[in-house]
Amino acid sequence: MEANISYDTKTSNIYHALHTPMLNSSKKPSKVIIVTFASIVFLISMVALIINQSQNSFKKIEIIHVTNISSSIKLPRGVAQGVSAKSNLYNFHKVSYNWTNAMISWQRTAFHFQPQKNWMNDPDGPLFHMGWYHLFYQYNPYSSIWGNITWGHAVSKDMIHWLYLPIAMKPNKWFDINGVWTGSATLLPDGKIIMLYTGDTNEYVQVQNLAYPANLSDPLLLDWVKYANNPIIEPPPGIGPKNFRDPTTAWIGPDGKWRVLIGSKKGQTGISLVYKTTNFTNFELNDRYLHAVPGTGMWECVDFYPVSINGTNGLDTSINGPQVKHVLKASLDDTKVDSYAIGTYFIENDTWVPDNPNEDVGIGLLLDYGRYYASKTFCDQVKKRRILWGWINETDSESDDLKKGWASLQTIPRTVLLDQKTGTNLLLWPVEEIESLRLSSDEYEGVVLKPGSVVPLNITQATQLDIFVEFEIESLASEGIISNDNIDCGKGAIERSAFGPFGILAIADDTLSEQTPIYFRLSNTSLGSSNTFFCVDETRSSKAPEVEKPVYGSKVPVFRDEKLSMRVLVDHSIIESFAQGGRTVISGRVYPTQAIYGAARLFLFNNATHTNIKVSLKIWHLGSASIGPYPFHQIK
Amino acid sequence: MSMIKPFILILCTIVVVTQGKTVTTNNANLIQQTCRKTPNYGLCIQYLNGSPGSSTADVNGLAQIMVNVIKTKASIALNKIHQIIGRSAQKVALNSCVDKYNAVLVADIPQAIQALQRGNPKFAEDGANDAAVEANSCENGFSGKSPLTAENRATQDAAAITAAIVRLLL
Repeated sequence: MEANISYDTKTSNIYHALHTPMLNSSKKPSKVIIVTFASIVFLISMVALIINQSQNSFKKIEIIHVTNISSSIKLPRGVAQGVSAKSNLYNFHKVSYNWTNAMISWQRTAFHFQPQKNWMNDPDGPLFHMGWYHLFYQYNPYSSIWGNITWGHAVSKDMIHWLYLPIAMKPNKWFDINGVWTGSATLLPDGKIIMLYTGDTNEYVQVQNLAYPANLSDPLLLDWVKYANNPIIEPPPGIGPKNFRDPTTAWIGPDGKWRVLIGSKKGQTGISLVYKTTNFTNFELNDRYLHAVPGTGMWECVDFYPVSINGTNGLDTSINGPQVKHVLKASLDDTKVDSYAIGTYFIENDTWVPDNPNEDVGIGLLLDYGRYYASKTFCDQVKKRRILWGWINETDSESDDLKKGWASLQTIPRTVLLDQKTGTNLLLWPVEEIESLRLSSDEYEGVVLKPGSVVPLNITQATQLDIFVEFEIESLASEGIISNDNIDCGKGAIERSAFGPFGILAIADDTLSEQTPIYFRLSNTSLGSSNTFFCVDETRSSKAPEVEKPVYGSKVPVFRDEKLSMRVLVDHSIIESFAQGGRTVISGRVYPTQAIYGAARLFLFNNATHTNIKVSLKIWHLGSASIGPYPFHQIK
Repeated sequence: MSMIKPFILILCTIVVVTQGKTVTTNNANLIQQTCRKTPNYGLCIQYLNGSPGSSTADVNGLAQIMVNVIKTKASIALNKIHQIIGRSAQKVALNSCVDKYNAVLVADIPQAIQALQRGNPKFAEDGANDAAVEANSCENGFSGKSPLTAENRATQDAAAITAAIVRLLL
């Protein structure tokens, strides 16, 4: 039985440290002979072992090493059970900041979906039914760390104002007793709702189960029935029992059969298995994978759907044809990112081929370059949109999460469209219903910043904002300065270059002791030919030592006829940043100690050395979404 | 001299009354103007004139008053359902109507009020339209004669007037 462990490089360094043999070097000459003799004996016994070729002996040594690891190193939560890491071991050894209650309660968001308390992870089975949007989510009802996973449930008329409902599914059958894990909804043409989800069985095997609403005419879909003969799919031969999860929404082919994908891996190759069914109780596995990419590891939360090549609507999952491309997406267990690629689906043999194999799933674009995972789309058939949900984990420590009693958020849902200008990127944009939270606005037009300047914006209440920014750039470089094509996000906004960084400082205090720069860095000022990077720098976001402070970022395509633009949603401890209309997106968490409540400010900055910038902004103040329990007591 | 005080008093009274009448006329005018742009002038006048606060409300305020009229009509519908459901042969349809009117009360109304208070009328229009859809859907759920036609109609009428007033703000 192979040990299926994945942990980040920090802990692997500790692994190496603990397992490098300590050599006792003796300085006494009389010991040299003993050491030499011992070495010879050792060498002879090694040779004997090799000649013996006893596989068992080697394996035993391996296992001892493995046991040593688990007893001396903490595994992230979930890994031993066979899902991706659900806790943060980064900085686990650092002492926690001395948080006050005011600092901690500030971290809760005003308009992002989160339960009243405890742990949440993957969004599940999103759908629209009888006037309500439904969201289900991985939820621990007992604690603010991963475990005891149930399906939490909430409804909304507009995907912004959410009402909590009772838990939809609990781990109460042998086939999901160790966790009601991630799944997706399929809406059948006759109105039935099929929910396929992964259950972790009493023997920790990952199986796929079927559930459906107890009462389809209940708009709230309060009660769910688990099919009596679950599981409907078990791991097939050659697939590990801990590498088989997260069934997708199904789509129907011309042969009248529905297809469903389940992610897995073979060695280090991430794969998507295709199952076909006519009744959602009996499934056949296709011989061929839909697609596989070597070196990408386990594929979690696979998603597969059509996008319109030249339209502006979202498409039903079963749509296919010449006016359509297909998106294949996987959450990568090994690197904790959501990767996607655009390609063509051949329904004749259920295979998919990326448009650009160099930017295939797992090696190309990401849906979000920040702290973002386990995303899932659904088709909003009423407003004809494809909507993307994504899980935002905490980047503070586990003990912080236990102290504050909650962990994780969902993003504001995003519409998904193919970017017709690049043909390679998706455009992701917050749903327009977020505008219903708008209060007042502040506008700034043509603010000029010379190199090395920081301009405070006179904004009080800088913790709940929807900021639209446009930049015009004016090169101050003489002919002699060569554009630097090796540009990237660098070490953060502190690193100056000719044509960047410039942008905004969010969740900053007056003295800038805490700040989160969101910025562009260009390789040259000719937009059409520049390598342009879009970045979020969290290195100075908080004085707390135990929180993660990475620099997130990515290249973003910019065309000559476009203005450099960004949109930033600030909501307490989450910042969602969108560049060029959603071509590149970065979501991150911040945990300031000073820049909270009325002390939080917004600045403009220009840390480029050879560029003036002219900035125009519209800043909306957003109110609370009043997320709370469904008022069953108020109505009859 | 003693004649002047009562004269001034009368003069002041006339001034106050005529000014007051102008204010009322102005807002009565606003109500009339606004209601002329809705699908049911008479009903609109009836609802608005009868509501406290309408005499000093601007168009946004009138819209909020109408949202509360929808709320009242939805509550009336729910009350009627609970009265008749015990002896009705159409329990399934009636229960479905309970769900729909609950949705109106629990989501559409609060979101519409919030949208208007925050100055985002587009989302109040969504809420009003959704209330009309729910009422319509309730009515269509009955096979044969609906026992809620009057209540559903009242809700739809109120919603239509509300949506029209909200559109003036867009």
